[in-house]
Amino acid sequence: MTNLTRPSPRRERRSILPWLAAPALVVFVAFAVVPLVGVFVLSFTTWDGIGAIHPSGLDSWRAVLTDPGLPRALWVTFLVMAVSWAVQTPLSVLLGTFMAGRQRYRAVLGVVYFIPLMLSSAAIAIAYKALLDPNFGLGAGLKIPLLSQDWLGRPGLAFGVVVFVVSWQFIPFHSLIYQGGVQQIPKSLYEAAQLDGAGRIRQFFGITLPQLKYTIITSSTLMVVGSLTFFDLIYVLTEGGPGDATRVLALDMYKRGFQASLMGPASAIAVILVLVGLALALLLRRLGGRDAGASQLEGA
Amino acid sequence: MALSRRTLLGLAAGVPVSAALAACGSSGPGGGGGATYWYLNGQPQEGVRAGAVDAFNKAHPKGKIKDTTFQNDAYKTKIKTAIGAGQAPTIIWGWGGGTLRTYVEAGQVEDLTSWFGEHSEIKNGLFPSSFGAATVDGKIYAMPCEVVQPIILYYNKRVFDQVGVKPPQSWDDVMALVPRFNAKGIAPFSLGGQSRWTNMMWLEFLFDRIGGPEVFQAIMEGEKDAWSHPDAIAALTKVQELVKADGFVKGFSSITADSNADQALLYRGKAAMMLHGAWSYGIQQADGGDFVSSGSLGYMNFPPVDGGKGDPGNTVGNPAQYLSISSKAGAEEKKIAKEFFATGVLQDEESKKWIDNGSVPIRLGTEKLLAASKNADFLQFTYDVASKAKVFGQSWDQALSPAAAETLLDNIAKLFQLGISPQQFATKLNAATAK
Repeated sequence: MTNLTRPSPRRERRSILPWLAAPALVVFVAFAVVPLVGVFVLSFTTWDGIGAIHPSGLDSWRAVLTDPGLPRALWVTFLVMAVSWAVQTPLSVLLGTFMAGRQRYRAVLGVVYFIPLMLSSAAIAIAYKALLDPNFGLGAGLKIPLLSQDWLGRPGLAFGVVVFVVSWQFIPFHSLIYQGGVQQIPKSLYEAAQLDGAGRIRQFFGITLPQLKYTIITSSTLMVVGSLTFFDLIYVLTEGGPGDATRVLALDMYKRGFQASLMGPASAIAVILVLVGLALALLLRRLGGRDAGASQLEGA
Repeated sequence: MALSRRTLLGLAAGVPVSAALAACGSSGPGGGGGATYWYLNGQPQEGVRAGAVDAFNKAHPKGKIKDTTFQNDAYKTKIKTAIGAGQAPTIIWGWGGGTLRTYVEAGQVEDLTSWFGEHSEIKNGLFPSSFGAATVDGKIYAMPCEVVQPIILYYNKRVFDQVGVKPPQSWDDVMALVPRFNAKGIAPFSLGGQSRWTNMMWLEFLFDRIGGPEVFQAIMEGEKDAWSHPDAIAALTKVQELVKADGFVKGFSSITADSNADQALLYRGKAAMMLHGAWSYGIQQADGGDFVSSGSLGYMNFPPVDGGKGDPGNTVGNPAQYLSISSKAGAEEKKIAKEFFATGVLQDEESKKWIDNGSVPIRLGTEKLLAASKNADFLQFTYDVASKAKVFGQSWDQALSPAAAETLLDNIAKLFQLGISPQQFATKLNAATAK
């Protein structure tokens, strides 16, 4: 090895670096690009998942686009996205700011807050379903009428429960992101503010929030794009019901594909899902502004 | 030079991945000797099924069956996916009817007609009515097995005594009972509405009692606007009247039948009545403490509707369960499966276990066993309902094609939510089932 003539380190790095991306690329192609192309092709066919695949042109697309279930599912998806974003973001920012403090008790609480994130969505959904059962659940057991509502059986309530459980599960994750963001803000900014006589609340709105701009965009992107794919939790909790009150696009796709055996229309919905996800991610990047690389920190 | 090296490296990187991908798919048929068999879990039925497999394996150490169990609602999806992916088990457990037809049309299951021809003693030993849902275009594609399961109206006698009322003899009685129970804080009917097929049973009976079996027959034959038949609309309207009168337990839309919570409501006295399959008797016996053994569980056929055309003796439900053989299985596995059909299905031991659990096996000549059972009354009742019904309608979601069944179940949930009117329901279903 040492006897071999070595090329200059710079050249070596340049020739090897692209190859380091190869494993990730192969996995990405095998598990994302290939299925995506497959789904796109399937959306122009008729297939019941069992028999032969017949090409059928735009039939599936026509069926999906004229079905009143699609705008309904899109609307529910959008609502889940918007409401859970509106619930999660302020709570996560506040919790993240709180956890960023150096005191011991804050660190302990931070660990406690983190627990929901370690549970699987299916387990969370089963637990909440049992707790919220109007006849055998928490409210009925403790004889508290306020808690023994028909939580998952009434459209509005079921929607609220879905948003609540989603938030309960993911707020810890986003709090963590904000905690990191807050800890990066230079102390000197706060010291200067204190000298100018700014109180805690003024400091939060005047320094913390503006400094967290990019953290908010990152966290929001994760929330918004992630909420497009909510499936397991809603499937176990409500199966999209009652009626179609919580039937989001991902669930609609699954039901069409695997319960109704209509793989063509289900694939068309999958393509729509991909397009909506890409559009949202692009939009959020735009919102981040052209100077996304610019520092928000000291001296910016 | 650079190009060839890149190609080589690409190949080297690609091979393990494709090998890994291929390995993912090798757990299905042919995966190392013996036949595979998937069926539903949930006691007490699971124990009987597993017992039959164990007994068969003990007698056939060289050609064993490996069994795997699934939850009801999950299985319906899983089995379709597995068959479509060429990963079906050797023995496919199912409900016959429309789903079996899709398997047949895709060439995924063995034609058993000639096998039954050679083994006529097997065919002649089973309820003749069980072969209808196993037959597609005149050929038999499944072996009927297990038990006959009509849908039964169960009621809690303790609750009826407590309120001081009698079981309903007509639909008007049903509607009159609703406020009586509600006044005492007892739900008139338990219902696991999130599972949707539970709601469907109500429509199956109301369609039959009001319009006779012809109404659904027309739907099955793909007749245009069959759901808009006046009797169909009347049945849909009646069920919504019952919902509006608070006939069903609070929160029925979020109760799943797979959890047996709907049955717990009945035996715990939180609900007075429940429309459910004959299999529910065994579950209530197993889970309900002394509810069944103390004679507190009442049962009857669905009451007639005044002025209705249907015979009050008609019933609906599952005429049997069905075992098919995957056409993709190897010759050795198929042989084991057929051996299982001939010597492993509904043997004396299994039949006896079904009877102990309060079910009527579809084997002929079990009258003595039925009469000797501790559940003799219920078994005699089930046997009579099943054998004396002029029409034994197959469950709609099993009779229809999967796509039509999904539209049906979806809209039934909305109908029970009062989210759509009977007319809207009919319009949507007409589009789904008309040929």
